[in-house]
Amino acid sequence: MTIEVKIPTILRTYTGGEKSVEAEGGTLTELIDNLDANHPGLKDRLLDGSVEGGGDLRRFVNVYINDEDVRFIGGLDATLADGDQVVVLPAVAGG
Amino acid sequence: MLTIDQATYDAIVAHAKRDHPDEACGIVAGPEGSDRPERFVEMINAAGSPTFYEFDSTELLQLYKQMWANDEEPVIVYHSHTATEAYPSRTDIGLASEPGAHYVLVSTREHGNSDGPVEFRSYRIIDGEVTEEDVTVVPQLEGATP
Repeated sequence: MTIEVKIPTILRTYTGGEKSVEAEGGTLTELIDNLDANHPGLKDRLLDGSVEGGGDLRRFVNVYINDEDVRFIGGLDATLADGDQVVVLPAVAGG
Repeated sequence: MLTIDQATYDAIVAHAKRDHPDEACGIVAGPEGSDRPERFVEMINAAGSPTFYEFDSTELLQLYKQMWANDEEPVIVYHSHTATEAYPSRTDIGLASEPGAHYVLVSTREHGNSDGPVEFRSYRIIDGEVTEEDVTVVPQLEGATP
């Protein structure tokens, strides 16, 4: 199974400048682990603490599976299938 | 330095005044690598707050997909401060995630929704470091694409 993940400019230092990379996983948690195995450091930029420790997606990082914000479809437990497209976008926000 | 045309400058200021006392936000997109702010895109402040702004996550994705389809990038990311100076707050600095963009801040603290001058300032925010830059307003961007 192969899933295309679009990487935002700010995180391309972890992907050697690549705008999108391929990854695998049946859930978003697995996908992020797989991403981190190939691009060490990415997980820490996406998650707030470890999943085992109750960590979750960082508040100001948005992840979409086939255009759906994962917060509405199960968060880290959201399921993935071959050919899905994942987009990571940092929030545009401030005070 | 940020070079911006008068119409886009006016549109950003008008948006900030209209949404006062809440913060207004949006972007100006341009061709990748061009540093030309050409396409003004007003966004809704999903936070609807006088002290915070955030693009709605669904609209954010739509916006980026549009830019990718057009080979564009955000040349300007703008928002307003409605009670404080036009300088990036700690939150602005912590959340800035477009190292290639000009971060424009407009302060409406002086005249609110009314006519009158505003502070209009521009910054680069990279790895938590803020660098202010000059703003040059021109009648039209040179060599405008038709």
